[in-house]
Amino acid sequence: MNQPLRGLLSAESPSVATSGVQLFADALRGQAVEVTEADWQPPMEGTEADLARVMGDARRAEANATAYARMSAAGAELCDVKQAKDALDLERGTFLHAGPPIEWERMSGPLKGALIGAVLFEGLADNAEEAEKALAAGQFAFEPCHHRDAVGPMAGVVSPSMWMYGLRDEAHDAWSWCSLNEGLGKVLRYGAYGPEVVDRLHWMTDVLGPILQQSVRVTGPFDIKAILAQMLQMGDEGHNRNRAGSLMLLRELLPGMITADASSTDIAEAVRFSGANEHFFLNLGMPACKLATMAAHGVAGSSIVTTMARNGTDFGIRVSGTGDAWFTGPANTPEGLFLGDYGPDDANPDIGDSAITETGGIGGFAMAAAPAIVKFVGGDVAFALQATQRMYEITQGEHPMFQVPILDFRGTPTGIDVVSVVRTGILPQINTGMAGRVAGTGQVGAGLVTPSAECFPAALAALASRV
Amino acid sequence: MTVTQVDVRKGAYHDSVTLLQVSRTMGETAGVEAAQVAMATELNVEVLTGMGFDIPDTAGPNDLVVAVRAADDEAVAAGVAAADAALTATSRAPGGGFGDAPPPRTTASAVRAGGAEIAMISVPGRFATTEALDAIGAGASVMLFSDNVSVEDEVLLKDAAAAADVLVMGPDCGTAVIGGVALGFANVVDAGPIGMVAASGTGAQQIMCLLDAAGVGISHCLGVGGRDLKSAVGGRSTRQALAALAADDATTSIVVVSKPPDEEVLADLESYAGGLGLPVHWATLGAGRPDLTSALEAVLRAEGRDVPGWPKWLSDNDPEPGSVSGSLRGLFCGGTLADEAMLLAAEELGDIRSNIPLRDDLALGSDLRSDGHVVIDFGDDGLTQGRAHPMIDPTLRMERISAEAADPTCGVLLLDLVLGYGAHQDPAGELADAIRAAKDTARADGRELPVVVSLTGTEGDPQGLTRTALTLAAAGASVFLSNRDATRHALSFLGGDR
Repeated sequence: MNQPLRGLLSAESPSVATSGVQLFADALRGQAVEVTEADWQPPMEGTEADLARVMGDARRAEANATAYARMSAAGAELCDVKQAKDALDLERGTFLHAGPPIEWERMSGPLKGALIGAVLFEGLADNAEEAEKALAAGQFAFEPCHHRDAVGPMAGVVSPSMWMYGLRDEAHDAWSWCSLNEGLGKVLRYGAYGPEVVDRLHWMTDVLGPILQQSVRVTGPFDIKAILAQMLQMGDEGHNRNRAGSLMLLRELLPGMITADASSTDIAEAVRFSGANEHFFLNLGMPACKLATMAAHGVAGSSIVTTMARNGTDFGIRVSGTGDAWFTGPANTPEGLFLGDYGPDDANPDIGDSAITETGGIGGFAMAAAPAIVKFVGGDVAFALQATQRMYEITQGEHPMFQVPILDFRGTPTGIDVVSVVRTGILPQINTGMAGRVAGTGQVGAGLVTPSAECFPAALAALASRV
Repeated sequence: MTVTQVDVRKGAYHDSVTLLQVSRTMGETAGVEAAQVAMATELNVEVLTGMGFDIPDTAGPNDLVVAVRAADDEAVAAGVAAADAALTATSRAPGGGFGDAPPPRTTASAVRAGGAEIAMISVPGRFATTEALDAIGAGASVMLFSDNVSVEDEVLLKDAAAAADVLVMGPDCGTAVIGGVALGFANVVDAGPIGMVAASGTGAQQIMCLLDAAGVGISHCLGVGGRDLKSAVGGRSTRQALAALAADDATTSIVVVSKPPDEEVLADLESYAGGLGLPVHWATLGAGRPDLTSALEAVLRAEGRDVPGWPKWLSDNDPEPGSVSGSLRGLFCGGTLADEAMLLAAEELGDIRSNIPLRDDLALGSDLRSDGHVVIDFGDDGLTQGRAHPMIDPTLRMERISAEAADPTCGVLLLDLVLGYGAHQDPAGELADAIRAAKDTARADGRELPVVVSLTGTEGDPQGLTRTALTLAAAGASVFLSNRDATRHALSFLGGDR
């Protein structure tokens, strides 16, 4: 027969966890009892009533388990490459951007710069001044990438002629989309819109896109989730370090690119361009994570975060159990390392949909797998190890496929729980690139950032109102 | 000329016991006249204001106030520096090794990290339900020391615990002993055949100490929280605890200790206990029911054991019995001991005013003052918000002892002192000084003030029963292990005009 109370009274030497008064933990240690002390702190201010309501919601435990199970089970295969007008029904004159919705007046420099570049690229204006005037006059429509099941790094601006990777989650019958990566330096996603930026976009549209499309359609689909799992064991974290992932992706794409119906010069340039870009894979990892978080979205009663995204002005989150609502706060400015002569004053507040990687359990959450990244984003290796381990406090589960060798192959912390964030005050750790504050500058550095804390109590209140 | 400084540190949380130590360290700095480091709860702001500090309205319960009044700017700076050093010293060091995991941040996370069977929660009451619910979800039994938890939340927690086959001990549970491990306030006693279920912390300590004096040990003592035997809770934890002890090989009989229970709950439990197959004894206080000592004496007889003479240490300068005019003033840290003293005293004295009154119309006002018979429980919820329990922080009671000494309507002072794990490490010296000062004050006013101490402890306790008793007796107090005997002794002084 089972002993009552799970055998509490027959335990040889019961082990005790404590929270609150330290004296009690000390008194137990004085009796040579095994004690695990929580470093307990009060939750975020003014959240007690909402916490009690949400934690008392009988649906929550199962809802979160469901959301997490879907998130970790979602597949991600690269199945197609198409122009945005075909893939997303993106009409001429409409532009997608990163982060939560925002109007022109409140946009930061890099987002404005990227939109100017996209207007020029689409041939909707003759020069930057004209483009800016038209944008400010409200002649074009803006919409978050997330509203069309897409994601875009940094400014994340997508226009109808741009080519998009199409990833499919067979398990949940879903597609997500992401633009092609332009490489580093002066690029549209960092707000640069000079002639070399627009010229490159045209080349990508005319040459690179069709070659990639042929490669994927002929030799694909390619399992992106499997590459993610492998690259974490090769020193990448999938957000700011994508070296192994980019090489593995190229290995998959090469045969189809080389045999594509295009001139050998164009093929050579497409291959060179793809191989030279160490963030080539980022634009595949992001939609893969988007598929995972989409799968977890829409579970009634679930407090799991399914979107974290920034537009350079606001940080926004969406939560599985609160539908399409965004909960926003002012975007923080990353701290980290700067390129060349740039310094903290040159950096724009946090921008981009790439925090979808952290939302899906990689990026900053897998930092322990990528100790070399501290040379790029700042911090030290001990910090990288601790950052991942700290995230277990605010996540629902440990990813069954994404594993961290140095943590004894522990799964990455996956499925951010709004309740845990509010209770502990621990904010999700995001690794990110830094855009220049002034439109047209481009990338100025890379670093570490956290969401605006106020997003989480706001999301909690919305969850509480739905109990 | 003095300098006053008040710092409010937003969102810097520390527990009340730690802050008590920090306040003391700060107060001992040269040149510092008054110092208090506390979370800005309503009660603490009141105390700080009473100390002459001006606390800004913006300070909330999650903010730390560092208040100091000192001779000059340098002494203020030295005091604040001492407080900062003490705060730093108490902060938990992060993991020792390179890149080790940071410490767990919630109770449930600590339960999972340590594979703990028991979660001991002493966070402020308004956060306690959340932590406890989560720990239950992680599969641990919970000892909930926190008070100021609503009865609705208590029922919610206990139902969740029953569903998960774990036990909620509490809220406001100060005492448990499980498998020889003392949780919270508990005395050092031998292992033995008696299992205890306690809806009362100091009541449980009184019983285990009397058992110890009778040479009988305990198997386990499971706390259930002081309201468990009220109808609103319906004995939910008591039932689970009885079943667990009945199934335990080391336990041959059970004693249930409780503050005054609701009759129908007690009746239900008695009938439930009748089917458990081992003797269950009841030491449940209440009008017309035996006091704890008498109940335990009956248990010992029923178990076929000898009832010893309970230890006492009498003062040699007490006044004659019946010679004292004025009223009974009982100043307690233990709620059950206060309850028991009131029940015994009411039989002889009639109405007794209290912050935990036997009848609602006997409640004291917020100043806790009355010219008549008064018993105060300084451990009650209303007096512990944002403060450590008086068994750890005796400040409020010490202040009241000296106020009573100066009050001509105070005829006899009845105090309790509880030893053991969790309690003040050397409470006797400080209390003896207060007793001596009280007697001197009264004497200067032409009165002889008898002081009686109900001392709950064992020789095995870190503070030592006899050592503590002798220190108090040397200060002029009469000391009793039995709270009943202490109360009766106090009552014996009061004269006919009471």
